[in-house]
Amino acid sequence: MADRLVPIGSAGGRAAAVLVAAVILSALLAVGLRADLLSGLGPGEWAAVRFTLAQAALSAVLSVGLAIPVARALARRQFYGRGVLITLLGAPFILPVIVAVLGLLAVFGRAGWINGALTAFGLPEVSIYGMHGVVLAHVFFNLPLSARLLLQGWQAIPAERFRLAAQLDLPPRAVWRVLEWPLLVRVVPGALALVFVICLTSFAVALTLGGGPRATTIELAIYQAFRFDFDLGKAALLSLVQLGLAGGAALIAFLVIPQIRFGTGLGRLQQRWDGIGTLQRLADTVWITAASFFLLGPLSAVVASGLSGLGKVPFSVWLAAWTSLWMALLSIFVLLVLALPMAGWIASRTRGGGEAVGLLGLSASPLMIGTGWFILLNPVVNPTDVALIVTAVVNALIALPFALRVLVPPVRDTLEQFSRLGAALNLRGWGFWRWVILPRVRPQIGFAAGLTGALSVGDLGVIALFADPDRATLPLQMYRLMGAYRMEAAAGAALVLLTLALGLFWLCDRGGRWHAEV
Amino acid sequence: MKYLAFAAGVLGASALSAETPELIVYTYDSFVSEWGPGPAVKEAFEAECSCTLTFVDAGDGAALLARLKLEGARTDADIVLGLDTSLIAAARETGLFAPHAVEAEYDLPVAWEDDTFVPYDWGYFAFVHGADLAPPTNFRALADSDLKIVIQDPRSSTPGLGLLMWVKAAYGADAAQMWADLADNVVTVTSGWSEAYGLFLEGEADMVLSYTTSPAYHLIAEEDASKAAAAFDEGHYMQIEVAGKLAASDQADLADKFMAFMVSDGFQSIIPTTNWMYPAVVPQAGLPAGFETLIVPEKALLIAPDDVPQLREEALQEWLTALSR
Repeated sequence: MADRLVPIGSAGGRAAAVLVAAVILSALLAVGLRADLLSGLGPGEWAAVRFTLAQAALSAVLSVGLAIPVARALARRQFYGRGVLITLLGAPFILPVIVAVLGLLAVFGRAGWINGALTAFGLPEVSIYGMHGVVLAHVFFNLPLSARLLLQGWQAIPAERFRLAAQLDLPPRAVWRVLEWPLLVRVVPGALALVFVICLTSFAVALTLGGGPRATTIELAIYQAFRFDFDLGKAALLSLVQLGLAGGAALIAFLVIPQIRFGTGLGRLQQRWDGIGTLQRLADTVWITAASFFLLGPLSAVVASGLSGLGKVPFSVWLAAWTSLWMALLSIFVLLVLALPMAGWIASRTRGGGEAVGLLGLSASPLMIGTGWFILLNPVVNPTDVALIVTAVVNALIALPFALRVLVPPVRDTLEQFSRLGAALNLRGWGFWRWVILPRVRPQIGFAAGLTGALSVGDLGVIALFADPDRATLPLQMYRLMGAYRMEAAAGAALVLLTLALGLFWLCDRGGRWHAEV
Repeated sequence: MKYLAFAAGVLGASALSAETPELIVYTYDSFVSEWGPGPAVKEAFEAECSCTLTFVDAGDGAALLARLKLEGARTDADIVLGLDTSLIAAARETGLFAPHAVEAEYDLPVAWEDDTFVPYDWGYFAFVHGADLAPPTNFRALADSDLKIVIQDPRSSTPGLGLLMWVKAAYGADAAQMWADLADNVVTVTSGWSEAYGLFLEGEADMVLSYTTSPAYHLIAEEDASKAAAAFDEGHYMQIEVAGKLAASDQADLADKFMAFMVSDGFQSIIPTTNWMYPAVVPQAGLPAGFETLIVPEKALLIAPDDVPQLREEALQEWLTALSR
């Protein structure tokens, strides 16, 4: 590996990584320096740290663990509606928290479908509130996303390997051992780290479904420190703990990812001849059906209440949708400018530790980043004037780890396969990007762009400090409707949001695969 | 295109500001939204001040104060509108506010004497329930019942903090025991009012912590009489929302003018059906039809603003202990 020819430079990637780290650490520093005194953490805060760790670890293991059979089933089955289902896998993740929670409660809540059915059969009610509720919600958000990430991994196995496996008539167990297990070892640690970090910064979901202050997370403690106590020292310290936990998890995950390679193929369409036994078919059907119900139940509740509220949606919501669309496009641009050079840099290194930098943005409290940059920018410019760019940058930072997770492996494979050819043709730098890398990772670029766009449509933005009253985003307008008692119209707005976000995701995702037959 | 137009607007505005003075008011989100009082207030005040009134949306009440502290004396704000009685002590402590010159006959259940903060509306916290439910008549009855409630977290929400103060004001040293008894009635705790109210409307709980005026929204705006507020015989805790003038304001006269306008009919008549609270000074035309159907608590509870910070610490610990078990 050390003597590998690397046809692309690393300066751009390093610069992007330094920039990402600087954006977050300078915000942290700004908050820390404004603090009057550095107060330590009390027993309450330590309890929050323990709870946060426990729920995040449990959520990560369950989300990714359950995503494996689902992704495996999706990878080897073709069925009507598969494409739609795969697109919908992105949906829970982009929903604003409160919408997703209401959707979940429509199924699992006290007045939900499940309890309705139980009562009808004279069975006792089940309560969703508690640690299990928190984990259930996090699995709802992250299982589909993990399945989607794992599916990308499956698609990275060259088609020739499956052909060979079929020619050798390998039983499912052997296919698992020689192809799928090595694949999982390569992609699961990263997915685990990602879900763990997402759940670290959970706040409203954990509190609402946790059933009370038992379910206090670090993020809630940060919120309290900023808003009610105005204890900037404590806020900075808690943010540091949060970053430390995420950074630790990320480093462990990316350093243990073994450098397993599948060698290279001709990039032809993957066809599967394995998994045709009855037991295999049955198992896959069960997994796909169960995952679909788990995913579509709450989603259809969101859609149903959205449809009934759609008539009450005021014009301002459509204006806000327009604003959010612009914001999303800008976020996608910022993301690609950061993610592509970083992916190139990380892929040309032998170890994946660099990817941990990408997780910083996701693991930092948005409230901390917002406050830090407010402190830095406020003396120089009017925060409202930079609202758009700050929000786009923060959205891009949040999406960065997902983009890297899907981009790094194919870029690494491409470098591995084509570096010699590039050297022989003296194709280097931008030329190599333009002619070799970009065409080959186009599906992943489309996926990353779509996810970023969808995330920024659904994101509430960098808290109110940078809000521009004349240009509300769609989620803000939805929350305003709720705050003004207009829950039905808010449900309608949530449906507009869901449609816009998924539409944008679908367009980018399809665009990436257009004429690619993957 | 939109942003080009916006940029042009910004440039245009700065050229314009040389002639028309601008009054900047920091307030909370639901005040400035198109369903809140903001747009109508802006129109009414600009009609008589020959100035530009700009609302800056700073999140909720607590975020408002946090932002002010972040900006310090450098702030652009001339007025901060939307602090409540629980935040007044902390706001006063910043030393950023100047005394006001407003004189008004307030229609508040308690006497108001404060040289810095002027109230513009108020309400009673209450548990809102479906009209077909026979509500408990006090916290004790609620704790003894099987009724389920949703409340807001006092660490992130102003109504949540209000409930904490309510129980403290009603039960004093026995507040901790009351919370322990209420614990099994609490379905869950949400981070903000919207989430809790949404959960209640979805049928997740029998009652939700809100205001006695909440049923008025359903009645007046939706012609839906299916919601009611439970009257508790311990009395109801009040939330009084106030505004203050900043000492560093470069528009001191205009700020005074706004504060006076704030307690006049032009402002007060907008409040009931946009902020869904009681006006601090009832306008000449009286309250809108529908408000007479609301419960009127026999007793108004309020902890003196200066005692809130210390009591809050104590009450928060009791609350955390009781609900964490």
